Amino acid sequence: MADPKRSAACIVGIGETKYGRDKGASHTNLALQLEASIRAIADAGLQRRDIDGIMPFQNLANAEEIVANLGCDRVRFAATVAMGGASPVASLALAADVLAAGRASAILIPAGWAAFSGPRTRELVLDPARLPGGVIAGDYYFPHGYTAPMQWYAVMAQRHMYEFGTTREQLGAVAVAMRKHAQLNPNAVMRGKPMTMADYLASPMLADPYKMLDCCIETDGAAAFVVTTEERARDLGRPIVRVEAAAAAQPHPADEITNRKNIFETGLGRAAPEAFGRAGVRPTDLDFAMIYDCFTFELIHQVEELGLCARGEGGPFVEGGRIELGGELPINTHGGLLSEAHVVGMNHVVEAVRQLRGDCGTRQVANAELGVVTGWGDFGDGSVAILSRR
Amino acid sequence: MASLTAIGEDEIGSKGTGDEFYAWCARGELRLRRCNACREWCHVPRVTCPNCAAIDWAWERVKGTGRVYTWTVVHRAMHPAFMGDVPYAVVVVELDEGPRIVSGVVDCPLEALEMEMPVEVVFERSDRWGDRVLPRFRRAPGSKALRGAGGIAR
Repeated sequence: MADPKRSAACIVGIGETKYGRDKGASHTNLALQLEASIRAIADAGLQRRDIDGIMPFQNLANAEEIVANLGCDRVRFAATVAMGGASPVASLALAADVLAAGRASAILIPAGWAAFSGPRTRELVLDPARLPGGVIAGDYYFPHGYTAPMQWYAVMAQRHMYEFGTTREQLGAVAVAMRKHAQLNPNAVMRGKPMTMADYLASPMLADPYKMLDCCIETDGAAAFVVTTEERARDLGRPIVRVEAAAAAQPHPADEITNRKNIFETGLGRAAPEAFGRAGVRPTDLDFAMIYDCFTFELIHQVEELGLCARGEGGPFVEGGRIELGGELPINTHGGLLSEAHVVGMNHVVEAVRQLRGDCGTRQVANAELGVVTGWGDFGDGSVAILSRR
Repeated sequence: MASLTAIGEDEIGSKGTGDEFYAWCARGELRLRRCNACREWCHVPRVTCPNCAAIDWAWERVKGTGRVYTWTVVHRAMHPAFMGDVPYAVVVVELDEGPRIVSGVVDCPLEALEMEMPVEVVFERSDRWGDRVLPRFRRAPGSKALRGAGGIAR
């Protein structure tokens, strides 16, 4: 088990905006992130001027403008991790090291976007220079109409179904579980819109095997969290959520998704053993998991890469309510990117903290003491954090 | 969003190796970079050989045959240039020489697409993304012997 005597970074503050899909909204990425940041700092019991480190999300806001708006005049560490949706958890991993090195004492990690009322994914993907791979995508993917994350990952899902017999209904089980959890979450965009397997099966095909209901939702919203040292966290008198270990890695090659020796190789496959090893815990010790669910298969894939089951067994793992509340290992109790909101995985960190604080109300996992959060980004970059309440 | 590099669309291809790759395609030849030092094939083309770090390449012709390693059929295009083409297939072909290449199919009904299906290269002009002669693939019924080769372990 993890060593409670070893000092660890702690998440002491969390903040979220309302998550929504309002066509008339006029949010900016910056305003959403500032709102979430102010809440996270207040939740930590800190003053804005106490924040001396910041790690914003690539392309969604820069450190300078956030710092200027928040009046944080003592910032001495700023960095952005470039791993797409794996960035928030990878930033948490780096923040823990920065805190241990004394380069900062309270680090704010914000992210969010107006992904519904602002530019939609279909607009953001028009320029390969904005995408992982850049020149490679422009030269070798786009000419064949291979232009978007849904399509990049679909070919992995398809091969997994062929090699391991992963089924349509197993993909559906993920979508249905996420939607079920969202019904218990007042901030979930899909609350009040329950979904059955029949609904899932009837949804239109977008990029085989991905149907519309295999895909995350485009939403407006932001979240933020504050990380500090354990000593500082205990002084603040806030509930302690320790980062037992966190790690991030990329698959090889990271900039080309089809030419890996094994197409199922991901960054998470290398980061997870490192994190579990350093934390001194096993996957079977976990009370819950928050897994970056940009598409249904990516959740199944990461269940395997995390080591929760062997490669190829992710499909059966998610069946039979096993990942639902009350099941063997509840996953994404907030509804995830599929049914709560797409906040680039920030909402997964926030929900993990909330579970460990025991603040999840009707969707609380009983006696939640140890959980894992993953991030997935770009062409399979991965990050993982093992969090505990101690 | 792995790369923050700001590249204008007009630079894509001219700064990379795409122009050379597609110049061979325009002549009806599928050529990949092969390291002169260690003889490894490399696709997509790189500046150095990822295997031995040599900067000594030749564009060598491949047979143009391989198997469909995986695929997707796109029913809703995410890029406007392809909206008139749906449904269309994106295939990942594992060439007999080893490297995989992203492509599309010709003369193949979408419902006939199969994993491990033997295919062979043909060249087709497309103006969907730049104006280029692209390597595409058609079924190679005569190469049934290839069926089942390769597979999971690679």
